[in-house]
Amino acid sequence: MITKVRPHLSQNEALLFERSSPGKKAYQLPDLDVPAVDPAEALGAENVREAIEGFPEVSEVEAIRHFTRLSTWNYAIDHGMYPLGSCTMKYNPRINELVARIEGLAWAHPYQPEALSQGCMRVMASLESALAEITGMDAVTLQPAAGAHGELTGILLIRALLEKRGNPRRKILIPDSAHGTNPATAAIAGYAVENIKSSEAGVLDVGALEQLVTEDVAALMVTNPNTLGVFEHNIVEAAGILHRKGALLYMDGANMNALVGIARPGDFGVDVMHLNLHKTFSTPHGGGGPGAGPVAVKKALEPFLPVPRLRRSGKKLAWDYRRKHCIGRVRAFYGNFGVLVRALAYILAHGGEGLRNATVDAVLNAVYIRKQLEPHFDLPYASPNLHEVVFSDKRQAAHGVHTGDLAKRLIDYGFHPYTVSFPMIVHGALMIEPTETESKLELDQFIEAMISIAGEAASDPQLVRNAPYGTRTSRVDEVTAARKPVLRWKPE
Amino acid sequence: MLRACGVSSPDELFAHLPEAVRLNRPLALDPGISEYEIVDYFRARAAENAHGYASFLGAGVYNHYRPVLVDAVVSRGEFLTSYTPYQAEISQGTLTAIFEFQTMICQLTGMDVANASMYDGSTAVPEAAMMAARSTGRSRVLVARGVHPEYREVLRTYARNQGMPVEEFGYVAQTGAIDLEDLERRMGSDAADAALAAAVIVQSPNFFGVVDQVKSAAEIAHRHGALLIMVFTEAVSLGILEPPADADIVAGELQSFAISPSYGGPFAGILATREKYMRQMPGRLVGQTNDARGNRAFCLTLSTREQHIRREKATSNICTNQALIALMATVFMTVYGKRGLRELAERNMAKARYLAAKMQPRFSGPFFNEFVARVEGRTPEDLNKVLLKKKIVGGLPLGRYYPELADCMLLCATEMSTRASMDEVRA
Repeated sequence: MITKVRPHLSQNEALLFERSSPGKKAYQLPDLDVPAVDPAEALGAENVREAIEGFPEVSEVEAIRHFTRLSTWNYAIDHGMYPLGSCTMKYNPRINELVARIEGLAWAHPYQPEALSQGCMRVMASLESALAEITGMDAVTLQPAAGAHGELTGILLIRALLEKRGNPRRKILIPDSAHGTNPATAAIAGYAVENIKSSEAGVLDVGALEQLVTEDVAALMVTNPNTLGVFEHNIVEAAGILHRKGALLYMDGANMNALVGIARPGDFGVDVMHLNLHKTFSTPHGGGGPGAGPVAVKKALEPFLPVPRLRRSGKKLAWDYRRKHCIGRVRAFYGNFGVLVRALAYILAHGGEGLRNATVDAVLNAVYIRKQLEPHFDLPYASPNLHEVVFSDKRQAAHGVHTGDLAKRLIDYGFHPYTVSFPMIVHGALMIEPTETESKLELDQFIEAMISIAGEAASDPQLVRNAPYGTRTSRVDEVTAARKPVLRWKPE
Repeated sequence: MLRACGVSSPDELFAHLPEAVRLNRPLALDPGISEYEIVDYFRARAAENAHGYASFLGAGVYNHYRPVLVDAVVSRGEFLTSYTPYQAEISQGTLTAIFEFQTMICQLTGMDVANASMYDGSTAVPEAAMMAARSTGRSRVLVARGVHPEYREVLRTYARNQGMPVEEFGYVAQTGAIDLEDLERRMGSDAADAALAAAVIVQSPNFFGVVDQVKSAAEIAHRHGALLIMVFTEAVSLGILEPPADADIVAGELQSFAISPSYGGPFAGILATREKYMRQMPGRLVGQTNDARGNRAFCLTLSTREQHIRREKATSNICTNQALIALMATVFMTVYGKRGLRELAERNMAKARYLAAKMQPRFSGPFFNEFVARVEGRTPEDLNKVLLKKKIVGGLPLGRYYPELADCMLLCATEMSTRASMDEVRA
């Protein structure tokens, strides 16, 4: 029985290019208060283009209806639970949106004089110090635009420090449970990647680590809690092994929502880490971005942070561009400021105690799901979990139903799927992260749905394999999309 | 819930964490505050910034009008609070909008394929350079000094550990356009393979606002087997300027398309290229296909290029795109459309020429809405001080980026610049 949803009508809508007609417009411009210019004369005729072939021509009403109709084809946090593991899809408070749009902040130009930018700079300074306190690190840069960009920044910092010590070294160690961005980042930073197999308990194997850490290893990149939602309880020991060999410990902070207020990476041996403000700190994912990926470091790495750095100059803040050891810039200007404003609003709203409570609720929700679903799904790792839990499709696969099928069926029950087939160390993984956002009511509906689907997988596997049924778009042929790529509209 | 979880207190959920890692004190942060206190806090910060000033700053971030439809659309929770559209059946809204975005970027730039957006223009440049290196099997990159100085800094940060030497070539002192002879000289002729350039990177309009000689640069690059990467920071210029038909890769910044300056971000970058380089392109791509009922549908595609599949062999480590910002740009392009974007571009040209008329433009090359002016009798910084007293933020002094232009500033006028404020600058 599906209780959360029932079908309703949705509008069809053609592409903008198909519904355009010549002469329609949705814009207004005021009368020109200066003399007009002839483009060909001003730019040279050879520099002036013809009309933009195929560009849209629609009215204002058509434009708003177009995008509104499209919007109704999306699932979103505002509709309900979004249990994507490792993505931390929590509620995006609307107050964040309001404050990010305050004119003096939203319309601040990055090159306006520092004396007229003190408000922006104070927002950034406050966020830097809050994140340093939350992570237990000594310094923070807000420049990186996203998580993977933060990873790159962090690894470049490690390289710079090791270079200064005389040898940048050659390798980065990465557990097999890591996000794909970790090895890709190491490669971009010019390092070879060596994978470490997780232990039977699904955590770092310190014995194996001891063997692998040589003078050739620059760093270990570890996610903690890892992608199974399990806290790496050997982390202090691992840090010791690395540090004794002159290597560093990088932490991917994607799962920081399990630790805020409970444990601080800076206190357990981490040298450098990034945070995903669009996960832990509630800034909206927006269908894939923008994010922000601040990087927090220990003192030894501070001299290498990207320019410019915020610096106090009397009562004022200033940008410091002269830092001789810095790795350079990782992007233009100072970072995704609008995202930083939202994250600071979230921190201010919660305060220290509120942040810790959010962590506790997030973990409680995940453990509750685990306990309720354990009788129905295979749990490959028995270690206690924090903010997320990973099952496998082993029992359902016996009926020919795989994690991807279960996920698609979940759509019919009114939920966004969990993360499918990740981490790779679990065959047929179902990775579930509820976050603190969900009430017991929503969790119970989710649990009910999962149990019902497990039943369907046994009694009517075909039903699950062909799901979803209730959506306006049924299963999408991704194979053809990749085989014969059509990446833009063209007239018939 | 606690009982169901088999614990008697929330703290027990963390009992398995080693004692040594636990934080045994509250975080040293102020207590939480209410909604209106948060609004007050940020209003107070905003008041510490410039307010009520006219501004002639451009230099990669432009002050254009933002049609109200843009915010109306991106404020919808269905767009704002959804995840990356991996689950195509319940993400057709985002996927369709991105497909339209990719199409419009192709129409604007004259390229065959565009991705679903990059972090920003500055990071799109090194991604384009790495793409060129993969495509040509070469590594050296030549970049014009007319490319945004901060973009060049980002390029160097990325290139340093890629075995990718970056060399700059100059501009002609009189015109402000690229020095084609200098470029030709640095291309090398029959040097060893390792010294051959993978890419030539030029910006148009360049950092000085000058419409640059992309075609000639492309001709030189191609003659030497290198790719031409064309960069833009002022997207509105594409409404009037000939698209870079001779470029192999276009890397640009869309901030001008209804994205508020927001002290430097978030913005959205683009990467567009020819079909033959499609599989070397990093970042997310949306493709058209059908669903099981035979209806047109869209999905993320060609993901075998990407890090979650390829790991260390991926085209890039990039994961995030800027979907919501790209959506802003999509709505902007829809609102202005075919005629409007051109009209807007012409307005910008007219305003900038009005401002330039009584200043002393430093370069003779044709410009769009920005230009370099020489300041006489005082430093650009001193002129700005005078203007600030009239509630005007003047131009960007160029000495920090170009020591030889220490007596110059970069000024920008857009459709938002009023005649009255421009008259103040000239006075």
